[in-house]
Amino acid sequence: MSAIGDITIITQRQLRLLTRVPEVLIFSTIQPVMFVLLFRYVFGGSIDTGQPGGYVQLLMPGIFVQTVAFTLAGTASGLAEDMKKGLIDRFRSLPISQSALVVGRTLGDSLLNIVVLAVMGIAGYVVGWRPSGGLLNVALGFLFLLLFGYALSWVGVLVGLSASDARVVQNVSFIVTFPLTFLSNAFAPTTGMPRALQYFAEWNPVSTMVAACRELFGLENQFGATAGSFPSENPLITSILYMVIIMVIFVPLSLRRYKRSAD
Amino acid sequence: MKTVIAEELVKTYDKGKVRALDNLSLDVEEGTVLGVLGPNGAGKTTTVRILSTLLRPDSGRAMVAGIDVIKHPDKVREVIGLSGQYAAVDEILTGYDNLLMFGQLYHLGKKNAVTRANELLERFNLTEAAKRPIKTYSGGMRRRLDLAASLIVKPKVLFLDEPTTGLDPRGRQEMWGVIQELVKGGVTLLLTTQYLEEADQLADEIAVIDTGKVIARGTSDVLKKQVGGERLEVVVESAHIAKTMQIVAAVSGLTPTLDEGLRMISAPVSTGSKALFEVLKNLDDAGIHALDVGLKRPSLDDVFLSLTGHSAEKKEDVA
Repeated sequence: MSAIGDITIITQRQLRLLTRVPEVLIFSTIQPVMFVLLFRYVFGGSIDTGQPGGYVQLLMPGIFVQTVAFTLAGTASGLAEDMKKGLIDRFRSLPISQSALVVGRTLGDSLLNIVVLAVMGIAGYVVGWRPSGGLLNVALGFLFLLLFGYALSWVGVLVGLSASDARVVQNVSFIVTFPLTFLSNAFAPTTGMPRALQYFAEWNPVSTMVAACRELFGLENQFGATAGSFPSENPLITSILYMVIIMVIFVPLSLRRYKRSAD
Repeated sequence: MKTVIAEELVKTYDKGKVRALDNLSLDVEEGTVLGVLGPNGAGKTTTVRILSTLLRPDSGRAMVAGIDVIKHPDKVREVIGLSGQYAAVDEILTGYDNLLMFGQLYHLGKKNAVTRANELLERFNLTEAAKRPIKTYSGGMRRRLDLAASLIVKPKVLFLDEPTTGLDPRGRQEMWGVIQELVKGGVTLLLTTQYLEEADQLADEIAVIDTGKVIARGTSDVLKKQVGGERLEVVVESAHIAKTMQIVAAVSGLTPTLDEGLRMISAPVSTGSKALFEVLKNLDDAGIHALDVGLKRPSLDDVFLSLTGHSAEKKEDVA
């Protein structure tokens, strides 16, 4: 029980950081909202989806997934910062559950995601996004997004604890996350890509997540399923599998790394 | 009883290429202060990190308050306080929030954590700044808050890693006062420092370390004696320098050195105040008025230079 208490305290700490530095919250919502507006009005006019409601219906799930994918960077740089300041040492010298700090951090980052997703959802609604999958499915879609962000947050733990500098962490996370979100069906159909890239894009967890969300939000996934691959035809199952695989690999690795973060 | 024991600790980095600790052994008697003195890279921080469970040694044994550090790190964490080289507090949170959070992490419960946070803020003279974020604090205030955070559960053993590095003289004085108060309360303290004066001020015993091992240990008096005896220093008018040199040489038996700028003649003496008296008498007989005269005991700086100088040549440890 005390482990849960410790985790709660660490999570609270992170939420308190948000109230003390509102800029973090503001900028972590401004960026995705900006993406919504840019894509909606720059590409939206020229991409014909042949679907009622237009491009914004396909775009929103893409931007949601991209945004939660960046949780990786957030967790990583937060931990790297704590490490640099010696805070991790202090936490590790306390008689608390050794996993509390990282678990609390990942949970805190997920709570931030709830706020960000809510703001984006509202922005999307304003520019014409109308999910039609029914309340339950839409809720399920958002739950999926949160879980995906949570799983990636654990990758962020490992990155953050392994890097020596918070700025390096930012760069590394961007270099990994950016291509992953663009080499996918998130913003444009995979049909336009060379065949090899098309396969990659369809196996990309970002694509399966986007496709799964599109299904739950009541759309046909017209930007995928072109190479006829398993993930593009079964995006929900594949996404769940991906999340399980990520957690199974990265939770133990990250915790191990944390316990030995000084060696 | 020895409250802290480190036996033949070895820690290497970079696959054995860097030997941070090279069979380092030390111990701290219950209720006393051991000052671990050494230059940057000597192994001070590594020693503290091993004793405070943050780092595992490659080999060797470490006990804190009778608990094996390597086998039962979680039990050790319950009885120690650690304050590192950097003030390890959350900069964005306020001083009060930090102490409250750490108190809760020590499982004091919300109510006790609040009481303890206020007590510590009061004791470390931080009550006024309690509701301000740490980033607005001065270096000295941060260190005091960091120290407060390590005292939340009244630890049996306290580790302070360079508690005053980077502080201005005033901050250092304040910190020394705080540490001296703590020591009166009976905590066993292991403190590392680069400042010889600090070890002299705060520690009952000093262990000098260099390149990962203890090269000398003892009280500050013992260490100073190890370096050699006292020096006699006389300052006179320029006109009297030559004659004074002769007088001092006769008493000392060794050739004095002259600092022309200060007009100060100095020489090692073995008979202490007797030599001082003799020199004064001879100067008086010669009609020379000494502007300043005194006996100077070697500083810990002298101790350190002399010890590390030797250790570079000799393979065997002094300790």
